[in-house]
This record gives sequence, structure tokens and C-alpha cells, in this order.
Amino acid sequence: MAASREEIIAGLAEIVNEIAGIPNDEVTEEKSFTDDLDVDSLSMVEVVVAAEERFGVKIPDDDVKGLKTVGDAVDYIAAHQS
Amino acid sequence: MPPASLRASRGAPFARLAGVGGYRPSRVVPNEEILRHIDSSDEWIRSRSGIVTRHWADPDETVAEMALAAAGKAIASAGITAEQIEAVVVSTVSHFSQTPAIATEIAHRLGTDKAAAFDISAACAGFGYGLTIGKGLIVDGSAGHVLVIGVERLSDLTDRTDRSTAFLFADGAGAVVLGPAQAPALGPTVWGSEGDKSQVIRQTVPWDEYQPGDKFPALRQEGQTVFRWAVFEMAKVAQQALDAAGITAQDLDVFIPHQANMRIIDSMVKTLKLPEHVAVARDVEFSGNTSAASIPLAMERMLETGQARSGDTALVIGFGAGLVYAATVVTLP
Repeated sequence: MAASREEIIAGLAEIVNEIAGIPNDEVTEEKSFTDDLDVDSLSMVEVVVAAEERFGVKIPDDDVKGLKTVGDAVDYIAAHQS
Repeated sequence: MPPASLRASRGAPFARLAGVGGYRPSRVVPNEEILRHIDSSDEWIRSRSGIVTRHWADPDETVAEMALAAAGKAIASAGITAEQIEAVVVSTVSHFSQTPAIATEIAHRLGTDKAAAFDISAACAGFGYGLTIGKGLIVDGSAGHVLVIGVERLSDLTDRTDRSTAFLFADGAGAVVLGPAQAPALGPTVWGSEGDKSQVIRQTVPWDEYQPGDKFPALRQEGQTVFRWAVFEMAKVAQQALDAAGITAQDLDVFIPHQANMRIIDSMVKTLKLPEHVAVARDVEFSGNTSAASIPLAMERMLETGQARSGDTALVIGFGAGLVYAATVVTLP
């Protein structure tokens, strides 16, 4: 069953916490990965690969550049999950 | 006439790493020097690459001179003489003459004129490619001892003004001597290529389009694509090399990945779930990315500093432009 928007945010928060050490409750939709959450371009790749595994989506490198905020990632995963 | 009955060559039952040697150019280049040409910071370079200093060659530290120095140390460390080398394999992308191969000059100057000698082009996987060729030559009976050299002057192919690569590439040479063995000391190689990604790491301008006065050709890469491939796809290849050798990560003493970037090394270690006891090569911190030279240079340093010992079981993996890759388990010399 597809994950709800809340479940996707919670899942991303766990992933960002694991990779960048940011507390889960700071990972909210309006936050920018790079500017607010200390996720640089290489950490972003790790976040993306972890999200792919967790939510069963494929996020090609070309699409990663469009994921600026947590909300962008939630939208992408919600639209592409099977 | 029916085909004549031919006598075939007979090689040693197995091959092994008999010696290793490296050469690091004399000039140490700190991040501050890199920052003269790019808008960045020491903190940014360290956090993205783990690199603090690297060695850049002076004009007299040519590809040939660096290769000879590393080869001499490897031959001495193997306890043989240069005359016993019957094949010289050199991996390089920064010897700027298409032909003849630099390997023949090296063979001649080492004093092993009759050795078969040739260059290979396999970028940062060149050490693993050379090792695999050398092993084949020994087991096949084509050579008793084989010298495999990785040597680069990547500073010549570095765009000092490109903030994403100026701090990465560096110079140096690493060499190993392969010799005959009575027991397996080199596992099967898991290797291959992914030519659909040929533009992910590339030279800005092909030599036949370069005009004097133009900006000199340099290396460029898609950082995120390379990172993803190196960490996640190469971790699978590394695991396959362990499986092929019939061991698990628990049996390993040492992990020597190509020294591309500390972030790649850290993530690979995590993805492979390597046990705490495995010593990991982190030579990139003070050497930068020296392509085909990086694995033998890191191997030599780990043996010198006591992080690794002769007889240890090591997983080595190289990966780079092509894209190409090669992983194998070796017993350290």
C-alpha cells in the first residue's frame, strides 16, 4: 500500500537523521535540504538511495537536482511510488 | 593437412603479489594553494573530499621518472633483480605520447630489455586491470615475474579554476611485482565496463580538437552520478569479489578501495557493513586522487605504517572513467 504524505515525511526524517544527524522533528516540508538541514550534494545522494529503498521509487540523477526542499521530495515520492 | 600438434606453455599453478613500491612527488600542495584559483574554502574541500594535502609533480618528476622510482622499490621489496621481470604493464592516462608505450622505456631503463612491455588505459581501475593481466601471464607461462605500474600526473589534466575538481586530482606512482606461487594468493577478479556512462568522467576536449592557445584539456566529472555509482554499485562488485574468493567480510584484514574521495570510502565501508577490525585505506587525505597509482600507493603506506601486514587478506577495488571497474581479494606482499 502506498505511504501517506505523513508517513513519507516521517520516513524522510529518519533517513535525514541517520545521514546528517538532524533531529527528526526539524525535518518539515518547507525546509531546504542544503540550506536548512546540512545535507550537501553527496549526502543528498545517500538520502535519495535510502528513500528509493524505503518507498520503492526510482529517483534518477537528473530528477535529484529538482528536489530542493523536503516538500519537493515528498511530492516526488507520492507521485512515483507504486 | 590436419592442424599441427602444438606444444603449449606451462605456467605456475598460481600467482601472488611479491612486492610493492610507491613514489610520491616531492611537492606537497595544501588546500590553501588550490584556493588561489577557486572560490571555495579549506572547510568545504575537506568536508566534500577529505583531502588536506596532495602531491603535485615538478617538471623533472615525469611519468617515466616516477614510474621508475616506484618500480625500483617494488622490485627490491620482492627480493628479485630487474632481469627477472619478463613483462611490464603500465596503466596511465597522463603519458602524453600515443606511441611508443611508456612501458618500453621503463623496461629498458630498469635493465630488463627483453621483457614484453605495453601500456593499458583503464583509468582508476587500471591497477586491477593490470593485476589481472599479470596474473594471467604468470599462470599461462608467458612470464615468470610481471611488473604492474600505475602512474599519473593528473595535475597536468586538472583545470585549476574548476571548483568541483581542482582539489581532487594529484600525482604519483605505485608498482607491484607479481610472481609465481604454489597456493592461491590472488582471488578471481570481478571486473567490467559500463560504456553507456562514458561521459560521466571525461576529458573536456579530445586531443585532435585541441588547438595551441586553447585551454588545455582537463578531467571533468558528474559528481553526484559518480558518487552514487561508486558507493552503491561498486559495493555490490566488492561483495561479488569476496564471494568469488570464497570468503566473507569477517575474513578480511584490510580494505583498499581506489582513493577517489573520503566520502566515497566512508560510504562504501558503511554499505559493505565491514567489521570494525578491517583496516581501511584512507591515503586520499594526504595524496588526493592519483587514479591507477592510488591502490598500490595506499598499500605501500599501510604496510609501512603497520596498519597492514605482509600475509594479510585485502580487498582491493578500482573504479573510474569508462566507466570501468575491477575488484579482487589479494594476499598482501
